[in-house]
Amino acid sequence: MRIEFDERKCVAAGQCVMAAPDVFDQRDVDGVAIVLDREPGPEHHDAVRDAAAACPAAAIRLVQA
Amino acid sequence: MPGAPYYPMQREARCPFAPAPAVRDMPPLGRVRIWDGSEPWFITRHADQRALLNDPRLSIDEKRPGYPHMTRSRAAMAPHIPELITNTDPPQHTRLRRTVNAPFLVKRVELLRPRIQEILDSLIDDLLAGPKPADLVQTIGLPVPTLVITRILGAPYEDHEFFQAASHRAISHDTDPEDAARSSRELGEYLGALLVKRMAEPADDVLSEMGARVKAGEMTHAEAVTMGAAILIAGHETSASMISLGTLALLHNPGQLALLRDNSDDPKFVAGAVEELLRYLTIVHSGIRRIAIEDIELHGTTIRAGDGVVFDLAGANYDPAEYPEPDRLDLTRRARSHHAFGFGPHQCLGQSLARVELQVAYSTLYRRIPTLALAVPFEEVPFAMDGVAYGLKSLPVTW
Ligand code: HEM
Repeated sequence: MRIEFDERKCVAAGQCVMAAPDVFDQRDVDGVAIVLDREPGPEHHDAVRDAAAACPAAAIRLVQA
Repeated sequence: MPGAPYYPMQREARCPFAPAPAVRDMPPLGRVRIWDGSEPWFITRHADQRALLNDPRLSIDEKRPGYPHMTRSRAAMAPHIPELITNTDPPQHTRLRRTVNAPFLVKRVELLRPRIQEILDSLIDDLLAGPKPADLVQTIGLPVPTLVITRILGAPYEDHEFFQAASHRAISHDTDPEDAARSSRELGEYLGALLVKRMAEPADDVLSEMGARVKAGEMTHAEAVTMGAAILIAGHETSASMISLGTLALLHNPGQLALLRDNSDDPKFVAGAVEELLRYLTIVHSGIRRIAIEDIELHGTTIRAGDGVVFDLAGANYDPAEYPEPDRLDLTRRARSHHAFGFGPHQCLGQSLARVELQVAYSTLYRRIPTLALAVPFEEVPFAMDGVAYGLKSLPVTW
């Protein structure tokens, strides 16, 4: 699984950080999401799918490797 | 289109938490009639809301002619409100929102958790030391968010009563337009003075942070003041209603209350319970509003450019396709995809803060007061249905 993140869309709602705290963080100044691991291991896949589904701005896209 | 039903609709007194039956009877793409006689489109399905609230062909620019305003006073005020996160579209919205996000980051509000816990514990100490029965709205529901937000904005504690009264007048459907405008002006003047003070002597709060952005030319003084007022208004009655209504819903569902009490020290359980209560109560009940700026095809019909669109969030949160048996309060349900905070780029700015407030409230209140009970029959609890969000006028409890 590869994560594609469109920074321009991000509204910093924080949903991804809540769903998958090991994979997403937020930039201190403006809350824009930071992807900590673009190709997360299988143990994170459920959480990352939740994060992508929860993103209100549809800024997270998952590509199957 | 004869007889589009009037919106907002009346709920049934017997099940005051569920959306009005008429909302659930609407077709996927219906129309409602609103206060000015216009008939905007009405969207209730979860999947449709998800798609449309992220569709750039819909705008939140309330200055456009034909925008389906919530109330007469909101319509009267719209032309005078500067450009803010609440009335702009991306990319401008994205830019503005990034200037105000910082204090609401997940990790920033987590830092407030111990302080919020202290606020709750001391309010409960006072409640338990006081007379029975007591009103949970006045003793816990309202003071928690007021204390949290006055602290986040950097306003002195003594002013919290003024805040509460002025923001209630500014948003209530009952207030006439002149009164609402006067209250907004009073709040603005108060916050403007506080902003100037914080620009001279910055502290660790939102007005100081916005003050620094004003100095850096990233934001105007007027934008900062209006944003401060928006945070105050949006953040206080909503959280207060969730605390009081959540308590009433749990007292009405004793099995679920017992489950929550027994799992109060499991943060995952509590977090899930908060999501389900957000879904079940969906307190923002007057519809969030948009206007089409291009034609949009939906279910074989065309929403024309210039048409108003109203999204009933409770409709989506009680959509059986997304939540089987939606009328059942089930704290173990996976409810995270609810629309109680809206969806799309305008999804609630304060949602992480609201979550922490509610997690602390729900995990503390019933653990510390295990015998908490209604002091009047359920049917006599007075609901406040007139605002943007519904709530309770009072919640008489004993223990
Ligand atoms: C449980 C409590 C809350 C609920 C149910 C709630 C609900 C909502 C909803 C439904 C929206 C979307 C409006 C739209 O799309 O037109 C929204 C937006 C907003 N909320 Fe909340 N809210 C809550 C708490 C808070 C708190 C605590 C704050 C701030 C301290 C806050 C500040 C805002 C702001 C500033 C917006 C506008 C965001 C934008 O347009 O980009 N809310 N809220």
